[in-house]
Amino acid sequence: MAWIVAIEVLVKIGLLLGGLMFAAAYLVLVERWIAAWVQDRLGPNRVGIPLTRIRLFGLGQPIADGVKFICKEEFTPAHVDRVLYTLAPVMMLVAALAAFAVIPFGSVLPGFTLPDGTVYQIQLVLLPGLDAGILLFLAFGGIGVFGVALGGWASNNKYSFFGGVRSAAQLISYEVPLGLSILAIVLAAGSLRLDRIILAQADTGWWNAFVQPLGFLVFLVAVCAEAGRLPFDLAEAEQELVGGYHTEYSGMRLMMFLVSEFLHMIAASFLIVILFLGGWHFWGLTGSGLEVGWGGALLRVIVLVAKVFLVILGFMLVRWSWPRFRFDQLMDLAWKVLLSWGLIHVLLVAAWMYWANEWPVWTLAVANWVSLVVVWIVTALISPPECDNRPRRELGPVGNVTPVAVSAA
Amino acid sequence: MSQPGTKKIRWVNETPLSPIERTYIPLVVQGLATTIRHLFSKKITVQFPEERYQPPDPIIYRGVHRLNRDEKGRVKCVACFLCSTACPARCIDIEAGESPWPDREKYPVRFTIDMLRCIFCGMCEEACPVNAIELTSLYDLSGKSREEMVFDKNKLLLIYDWTKDAEPPLERLIAAVGTREVPGGQSPPEAPEETWPPADAAAFDRVAERAAEARLSPPGT
Repeated sequence: MAWIVAIEVLVKIGLLLGGLMFAAAYLVLVERWIAAWVQDRLGPNRVGIPLTRIRLFGLGQPIADGVKFICKEEFTPAHVDRVLYTLAPVMMLVAALAAFAVIPFGSVLPGFTLPDGTVYQIQLVLLPGLDAGILLFLAFGGIGVFGVALGGWASNNKYSFFGGVRSAAQLISYEVPLGLSILAIVLAAGSLRLDRIILAQADTGWWNAFVQPLGFLVFLVAVCAEAGRLPFDLAEAEQELVGGYHTEYSGMRLMMFLVSEFLHMIAASFLIVILFLGGWHFWGLTGSGLEVGWGGALLRVIVLVAKVFLVILGFMLVRWSWPRFRFDQLMDLAWKVLLSWGLIHVLLVAAWMYWANEWPVWTLAVANWVSLVVVWIVTALISPPECDNRPRRELGPVGNVTPVAVSAA
Repeated sequence: MSQPGTKKIRWVNETPLSPIERTYIPLVVQGLATTIRHLFSKKITVQFPEERYQPPDPIIYRGVHRLNRDEKGRVKCVACFLCSTACPARCIDIEAGESPWPDREKYPVRFTIDMLRCIFCGMCEEACPVNAIELTSLYDLSGKSREEMVFDKNKLLLIYDWTKDAEPPLERLIAAVGTREVPGGQSPPEAPEETWPPADAAAFDRVAERAAEARLSPPGT
């Protein structure tokens, strides 16, 4: 038995690492295409098969980029803290990759009988049956912050430092509403395991996004901020901070940072799909139980990956749609809006679970939609009617300081 | 400089958001709608080596220079140094010599333009009293060494030979238009022997058309 578990785990690790690296490389290409199309350009469409004139719509671009990164000089500036400087990108990449250990990339494979007569079923997740599930994911997300903060600190550069500090503050702030919205999901599903959460949604056919729209909204915004995507990319705001925490990095170390940022986005998309959009479930297509044939198992993987891809496309479109937040606005959003929304949401779900657990699930959905509308209107009414942060005229002249010291002398 | 708080400063208050706008929904929708509209709109990229950008009016485009020839094929320049004097980048270097021809006193023995210093402002073209130096619509200027990018007289005359059909020299254009006002108030010079371009009002349009048709790269390359 032990040998088959070892083979299973090794194959899964290989598939996961290869798939993730491949996905990250090609998502960079997709991101560049989307960026170009939104700006009325064509985007990378030249690089195809080397030494030929075959272009393949630029599908060779990620390979060319990879070769370029490998060939680049890995320059270490003289003024950095060498140990932390080397450690930071490694830490970030490891944390980003390790987080995928608990993320299911499908349902299960059909069981098969071993020579000794036992039935063996493979679950499509690296650590099957791990009860900590989502907690492990959040923990690795927390370690990822270290990579950013250390990279900014070790670079010994004020822009990198600003980027690292901003990022640390942002990630810690948004962990709170993120945790609250996940808490409501866990309450409703009764388990921390991501596969159980998918199964709970598949059983009823009610995806959590329809049942808990308020939590979905909070989670969407918080996870976007956690992934450091625009409009929350203050950590590496190019216009202000050169490159943020990775200004001083080059070569493979820079690539590790960039890849882990993409992995964060992929992980965030996986979480959105698994927690709120039904995971591998699709009505009338995938079934809901754990008994599947090979076709069903494959279909579930395809449905899950397709959903994740659509969510990632959404991330990429959002990047070009809305302006970046100012830092005080970012903190306001986290602590004044999302935190209160998340608390209301958790209270609502908890109350429903306690008193109304026997009621049909649509009652929770109705209550949640109503609370979303009410909460949104209340927030709009009490939010400041303008965001003018200039000194107000009533405060008198600014900068027109009477030279007291001079007249005294 | 007036200080803040004085009457010279007009204080513009930000327009307060309406109740609908304070929900942020219209703004969010507007942002996404703009993005999605551009996602599917027509792309403006020119696929350079295969397609080429055609300047909308090649006659007034400021690309690589050329040295015009007169009717007998001689260099038109009279080595007056007005272009090199006018040049803000000091990229024109002229060595004048006594003219072998009876109709002028001097001619350029050497005439070089350092294309790496040139800023393509067109001042030389404006300064030239005999319309000898003109800027063409050639824009894909490149070279493998610095020396290669210093264009001498022969090269500049060669560019004239390449481009004279697509972009006729200024006098011919003026002659083609005939009755139009000539800058500086002088009477238009005599029309040359050739009948092209025809002396009608649409001459400028046809010139532009021909310029668009003709490939502006050296023949045989």
